[in-house]
Amino acid sequence: MSDFFTVALLTATLRMATPLVFAAMGGLLSERSGVINIALEGMMLTGAFFAVAGTHWTGTPWLGLVVGVAAASVAGCIHAFWCITLRGNQIVAGTAINLIAAGLTAFLIQIIWGRAGGSDSVSKMPDLFGRVNILIVGAFVITPLVHFYLFRTKQGLHTMASGESPQAAESVGINVTRNRYLAVVASGALAGCGGAFLSIANLSYFTLDMTAGRGFIALAAVIFGGWNPFGAAAASLLFGAAQAVQIQAQATSGFPISTDLLVALPYLLTLIAVTGLVRNSPAPAGLGKHASAH
Amino acid sequence: MTIRPGSAIVNAAGSVVAVLVALLLGAVVIMVSGHDPWDAYRSLAEGALGSRRGRAESLVYAAPLILGGLAFAIAARAGMFNIGIEGQLVIGGFVAALVGATDWNLPTAVHLPLAVLAAAIAGGIWGFIPGAMKAATGAHEVITTIMLNYLAFRLITYSIQKREDWLPVDPAVQGTERVLDTARLPVILDLTRLHAGVVIALVAAVVIWFVLFHTTFGYKVRTVGLSHGAARYGGIRWGLTIAISMTLAGAIAGLAGAGESLGLHGRHSATPPGLGFTAIAVGLVGRNHPIGVIFSGLLFGILSAGAPTMQANAGVSKEIVLVLQGLVILAVAAFEAMNRLPAFRKVALPPPPSRGNPGRDLSEPGELISRRTPPVG
Repeated sequence: MSDFFTVALLTATLRMATPLVFAAMGGLLSERSGVINIALEGMMLTGAFFAVAGTHWTGTPWLGLVVGVAAASVAGCIHAFWCITLRGNQIVAGTAINLIAAGLTAFLIQIIWGRAGGSDSVSKMPDLFGRVNILIVGAFVITPLVHFYLFRTKQGLHTMASGESPQAAESVGINVTRNRYLAVVASGALAGCGGAFLSIANLSYFTLDMTAGRGFIALAAVIFGGWNPFGAAAASLLFGAAQAVQIQAQATSGFPISTDLLVALPYLLTLIAVTGLVRNSPAPAGLGKHASAH
Repeated sequence: MTIRPGSAIVNAAGSVVAVLVALLLGAVVIMVSGHDPWDAYRSLAEGALGSRRGRAESLVYAAPLILGGLAFAIAARAGMFNIGIEGQLVIGGFVAALVGATDWNLPTAVHLPLAVLAAAIAGGIWGFIPGAMKAATGAHEVITTIMLNYLAFRLITYSIQKREDWLPVDPAVQGTERVLDTARLPVILDLTRLHAGVVIALVAAVVIWFVLFHTTFGYKVRTVGLSHGAARYGGIRWGLTIAISMTLAGAIAGLAGAGESLGLHGRHSATPPGLGFTAIAVGLVGRNHPIGVIFSGLLFGILSAGAPTMQANAGVSKEIVLVLQGLVILAVAAFEAMNRLPAFRKVALPPPPSRGNPGRDLSEPGELISRRTPPVG
C-alpha cells in the first residue's frame, strides 16, 4: 500500500490533469464572457489531431503544436460566429462542432495516413529534465495567467462584465461582441493545447476519439471549480488524480477502493455541484444571453 | 417572413434548405479531399435505396434515430435541451438486454414486453433525474444530462467487467450475454436485418404526436415550453410538467436502446453507439414535431445506411456522414437564427414570445444554475 502513492502516481496525476487544466481554462474564459461552450470536446480533438498532422508535415513537434492550436482556434471561431454573430443557439452550435470534429478527424486520418483508426507515430515534444513535459509546466503557468487576466486587467474585467450583464456592459461602451469573440477563440486555442498534449506530448500519435470525453470533464471542472481559475485547476487536478489512481490500481492487485467509483467521481461531484445544494459560486449571470434584443 | 408555430410548410422548407446547404458544404469537403462528390452521393443513395436490402438497412438505422429524435423533441417542447439521449438510450438497451438474456422460462408474449418495459423504465429514470433536478433546484439540464451520459457509460462498463457474478454479462465480448429467442424483437422482412423496432418507432411517433397536440398534458407541456410565466399564471405546475416530460423522453430513448439490443444486435455492447447525438440533429431537423422527426429520422437513416457503399464504391470514407450531420445542425441553427434577425421579420416590435421557434426559444437557455443559489461570498 505504501508503495502505491509514489512519484509515479504524482506524475501520472499531472499527466492526466494537464489536458483538463488547459481545456478548463478555455472553457472558463468562454463561460465568463457569457458563451456556453460544450464544444470543448471537439476543440480538444481538433487540437490533438492537427498537432499530429502538423508534426507529420513539418517534422517538428513545436510547429505541430502551433498547427494544432491554430486549428482548434478555427473551431473556436466557428463557435463564436454561430453564437455571437448569428445569435444561434450556443448548445446546438457546440453539439455540431463536436460531431464535425469527430467526423472530420476520422475522415482526415484516412486521407493523410491511408488507414482508419489512428495515425503514424510522430516525434514527441521534449521533456524537461527527462521527466516533466513542458506543457505540464505550462498548465501550472496558465492558471495564474488566466486569473490575472480576468481579475487584474481591464480587458479581462470587460470580458467578465460581458458575461455577467451584456446589456449593461454594452451601455457603458464595452464591446461585448469583441470580448466574447476573443474569449471563445482563446478557449479554442487553450482546449487545442490540451488536446495537443494528449497526442504529441503524452503519446506520439492520434487515435480515433482519443479525447474520450475529457472536454466534458473539463467543463465539469469549470462548474465544480465555481467558474474560478484556481478552483477549476484544483478540480482538474482532483479529476486527474482520480484517473491516475484508477490506472495505477489496474496494475496493482488488491487495491482496496473501487476504482470504478473513482472514474465516476467527476460526474457525480459535478451533479451535486450544479444543484447548488453545496455552497458554490453561481454561473455568470449573462451566460447564454445576448447583448441587445433586436 | 415570420415562421409561426404551426406553419408546418415553412418549417419543413427551412429544414430542407438546411439539409441541402449541408450536403453542398459536404460536397466541398469531399472535393477538397480529391474525390467526386456527385459520385459519392450517388453511390450513397444507391447503397441506401437501390436495393431491397439497402432500403431495409435504411429503416434499421432510422428506427433508433426516430425514437431518439422523439426523445429530443418531447423535451424541447417542454423547454428542456436533452443532451442525455445517449445515456438514456444505452441504459435502456443494457437493461433490456439483461432482462432478455435472463432465463426465467417465460413465453415470448411475456418475456419480450417485459424486456421492452424494463428498457423504458430504465431510460425513464435516466430522464427523470435531470428533469427532477431542474424542477427542484434549477440545475441546468445540459450539464446534468452530460454527466448522466458518462455515469451511464461507467455504470455499464462496471457491470459488464465486474458483476459477472450477479448479471448475465460476458466480459470477454465487452457486452451482455446473448438475448434469448423469447425476448428478441422479430425480423419483419425476410433475409434482412429489419426488425420490429421500426414499428415501435412509428407507433411511438404517432402516440407522441397525439399526446402533444390532442391531450391536456400535451397542452401543458407546450405551454411550459413556450412561456414559463404564462404556464405558472395559468396554474400549470411547471416542475411537475418538465419532470414528466423528461421521464417520457428518457423512456422513449430507452425504447431506442431496446430496439438495438433486442432487435438488431441481440446483446448490448459497452461501446456507446453515438446515436444519441445524431438524434439531436434528427430532432432539430424535424423541428421537434413527431411527424417531422419521422422524416428526418429516415433521412439520417439513409445517410448511415448508404455510407458503407459510398466508401466502397466512391472511396470517400464513411465518417463524412458525421461531418454532414454536424453541418446540418449548424445550418438549422443558422436558419433559425436568421429568422430572428429584424430584416427577416415583418413585425418590428415586440418580438412574439416564441420568437418563431417551435417549443421554447432555445437560443436563450437562461441561467446555468438555480436562482436559489446563494450569491458569492
